[in-house]
Amino acid sequence: MIQIKHVEFSYSRNAQLFTGLELSLSPGHIHGILGKNGEGKSTLLKMISGMIFPQKGEIEVLGYEPRKRQPEMLREIFFLPEELPPITLSIENYEKVYAPFYPHFNHEQFQGYLQEFEINSGKSQINKLSYGQKKKVFMAFGLATNTKIVLLDEPTNGLDIPSKAQFRKMTASALEEERIMLISTHQVRDLDSLIDSIIIMNSHQIVFNELCENITEKLLFSYGKEKSEGEEVLYSEENLRGFDQVSINKTGEESKLDIELLFNTVLKNHQRIREIFSNQNNKRF
Amino acid sequence: MEFNDAQAIYLQIADYISEHILLGKWKEGERLLSVRELGTELEVNPNTVMRAYDFLQSNEIIYNKRGIGYFVADDAKEKILNYRRKRFLEKELPILFKNIHLLNIDVEEIKKRYNDYLQKQQAL
Repeated sequence: MIQIKHVEFSYSRNAQLFTGLELSLSPGHIHGILGKNGEGKSTLLKMISGMIFPQKGEIEVLGYEPRKRQPEMLREIFFLPEELPPITLSIENYEKVYAPFYPHFNHEQFQGYLQEFEINSGKSQINKLSYGQKKKVFMAFGLATNTKIVLLDEPTNGLDIPSKAQFRKMTASALEEERIMLISTHQVRDLDSLIDSIIIMNSHQIVFNELCENITEKLLFSYGKEKSEGEEVLYSEENLRGFDQVSINKTGEESKLDIELLFNTVLKNHQRIREIFSNQNNKRF
Repeated sequence: MEFNDAQAIYLQIADYISEHILLGKWKEGERLLSVRELGTELEVNPNTVMRAYDFLQSNEIIYNKRGIGYFVADDAKEKILNYRRKRFLEKELPILFKNIHLLNIDVEEIKKRYNDYLQKQQAL
């Protein structure tokens, strides 16, 4: 479980990034976090992993406070930053040095993932690999740590086409009931079928946090030649194939969620979106 | 797996499994891939695969043996055909009707073409 309450944070005195950030994440899901550049997605991941500390408010990760950086917590978190650390070790030596920090690390799994990514020589020095190759090494390592929390910052950036598919396979196979996976991304098409929970940041706030099945229960995504009009239409986009629309789902029929369309809808219409989803919560509890 | 925009992903996975059963690739009484295995194969979140299995189970196309896995039901093919027929009549046929009406096509023309199609099929 990850709980963030009333968190305030700023990098400099005159530019407040977060004022009262709230977020709660449950295990067993792959959460995708979306937001424009500069919203603070990476900052959020760094706060969860205890790399930077909030100035006010509380963060609780697996019952620990990240700022204390207790080993019991750190051995259950793997964080893949967008900017990869400069590591002069070979892959083999990297494993020797870093794997012991993670009690559930599995050597065979690591080798298997490397093989899937077609990284064959464990003797290669990590620093001398390309960005994409390096990323694959860290990703393979991260999933093999079997930590309860996996934070991935733009994991598909820099990956070639086959590697993206491999990444999806590996991530799908690595989800456990006890595991929280949190992925920040702009490449929504890469992760379309992988994430089952969507968090949207806007104006340095979490404006949306829902499981995909709740989203398609409440909202209807339609793609067609005809534009529907009316109260229930929340967002509409015209393109070559006609109109991509998001409206309130009244039939109960579930459509295919389009993350980009959802993102635009939430940004444009977040008051109504909030009403629609808060009604649901009232019914549930 | 490539997904289209017409339906929720879990329904497309349910169709994919149904197709495999209809084509006899997965036989009655046979165990299905585990949720994780199929998720990995299709590059899909295991929770989404789970929804597809739940859906197929509630339509009695597959069944669950606790602790062992999911199996293809003995009358799965019949169940799939019933479900598909229902869906065709309720969802797809109205769209067809709409186009027939819009393009002003005579029903006799449709009948004739359908009979031609049946003859070709039988000749194969």
